[in-house]
Amino acid sequence: MAAPVKESIDRGGASHPLIELSLARLREFAREPEAVFWAFIFPMLMSVTMALAFPGGGGKPALVGIEPGPRAAAVRETLAHAPGVAVRDIRPGDQARALREGEVHLLVVPTEPPAYRFDPSRDESRVARLMVDDALKRAAGRGDPWSAREEPLQVAGSRYVDWLIPGIVGLTIMGTSMWGIGFAIVQARMRKLLKRLVASPMRKSEYLLAQVAWRMVLLPPEAGVPLVFGVFVLGMPVRGSLLSLSVVCLAGALAFGSLGLLLASRARTFEAISGLMNLSMVPMWILSGVFFSSSNFPQAMQPAIQALPLTALNNALRSIVLEGAPLGSVVRELAVLGAWGVGGFALALRLFRWR
Amino acid sequence: MVGVSCANLAKRYGDVVAVDGLSFRVNRGECFGLLGPNGAGKTTTIEILEGLLEPDAGDVEIFGLTWKGHERELRQRIGVQLQETQLADKLTVEETLRLFRSFYHRGRTIDELLRIVELESKRRSWVAKLSGGGQKQRLAVACALAGDPDLLFMDEPTTGLDPQSRRQLWALLSHFRQQGGTILLTTHYMDEAETLCDRVAIVDHGRVIAEGMPRELIASLGAPRVVTHQGTLEDVFVALTGRHLREE
Repeated sequence: MAAPVKESIDRGGASHPLIELSLARLREFAREPEAVFWAFIFPMLMSVTMALAFPGGGGKPALVGIEPGPRAAAVRETLAHAPGVAVRDIRPGDQARALREGEVHLLVVPTEPPAYRFDPSRDESRVARLMVDDALKRAAGRGDPWSAREEPLQVAGSRYVDWLIPGIVGLTIMGTSMWGIGFAIVQARMRKLLKRLVASPMRKSEYLLAQVAWRMVLLPPEAGVPLVFGVFVLGMPVRGSLLSLSVVCLAGALAFGSLGLLLASRARTFEAISGLMNLSMVPMWILSGVFFSSSNFPQAMQPAIQALPLTALNNALRSIVLEGAPLGSVVRELAVLGAWGVGGFALALRLFRWR
Repeated sequence: MVGVSCANLAKRYGDVVAVDGLSFRVNRGECFGLLGPNGAGKTTTIEILEGLLEPDAGDVEIFGLTWKGHERELRQRIGVQLQETQLADKLTVEETLRLFRSFYHRGRTIDELLRIVELESKRRSWVAKLSGGGQKQRLAVACALAGDPDLLFMDEPTTGLDPQSRRQLWALLSHFRQQGGTILLTTHYMDEAETLCDRVAIVDHGRVIAEGMPRELIASLGAPRVVTHQGTLEDVFVALTGRHLREE
């Protein structure tokens, strides 16, 4: 059997086009100080902000205001001794403002019996109402049939901040992948560099692949900064394996890279690409469970929300980081990311405007 | 041997007819010029020939091959310089050439290319730092020469260049041609066409209004009308259209 005749390729000292194209983008990025700054500073800032917002320790007290009245002093005395309640006096004309701005969660009108003013749609207000009601009724002589034994838990991994950090990692991967790819392509199109490249024997698919591939070099620091910050500053546990975590981050970066290509496939101006980026990313900021769980949205929306790439990435990251899940249990999420990656790339290649 | 041939090319953008039934042939080893004022349809024509634009009608063959079905092979055999390309500012001259060279399966080395376009001393300079249009244009030509092409397409290669840079570029193109290469260029400079081209087609309103060797075209005007005046391609154009080349 004859061996297939393979024409030898002489690239005159240059590497494979995929490597040269990736290197070119990496060099351009590294020589753009602002781009480097934002790529690493953004996740850092996010992390510091989180540390400021969640210093750890117990929960915040219920803020309770007391209106002036004949029994005001007695109510204040009672609540001052109640655990987890902070009391302050509110002037009569100031109540609406204090409630609206969250200066107090609940207002007590010290009549006999007292009245509570609060917004029942606010969780803090409902909690404050329960605490105040309990304290006042006890002081009025209510007896308890029994007292439950309380077992307070303050376990690393179950706090809000632990839940939040994987979401920030997902958000960072989405933002840096899409902006980094989208803007560079639009710039090359505006400079007619894309047109010059397709006049050469360059393969179009290799160009698009390289735009996504070079970003993988930046993935470890981009995803790593918020993770390292979470682990060492906020004490977040990482229960899954680093390998599983890396695979999921990589799948996420590829999915969002393809999405970046797709959005940039026809845009001719920076304004156009910015609009498309925001249009696609802002809904995911809200829907995909970054700052609060996507289970807050109605059941009817869930199939769509679960199909979003950021939802899949965040869910997979949380399973691995917080629950120590193996890769086998995030197959569904990986499949969603893979579908966005492959589908987005194929569509981008079809739609891409080279002129 | 035919290098480039096109027949009855037509291309319109909305109501504007850019190319209107244009035909010509370029023999191998020849330098052929498309000469005409801005807006005559030169760029549209050359981009159709380069396989970058789809014509509304007409046929194109490069070395006897059509773009459809032979694009990969043809791209390896041609070199292209476009009018408005800005190469990446923050890559060096050498990195830019390395990138373009990587697309070709054969061709010159980076060192050879740098020597041919006399940019050896700028090897490690960023493209943004190249002085003036001359060096940038020489880099663009080096990119076009990376695959050691049989055919070079040049769209207004010296527009905006100072006289010295123009002559440098002319020397480069003459050298390519002497080594057996075929060139198709567009220009609106008479002297450029007379210096470089074996044959020219004068294009106006998307049609070829005259075609031949520059000397023949000038001679066809008969005796120079002014004694001190040698007779140029500009005279040919004026005689054919009643307009000067730079007029619109």
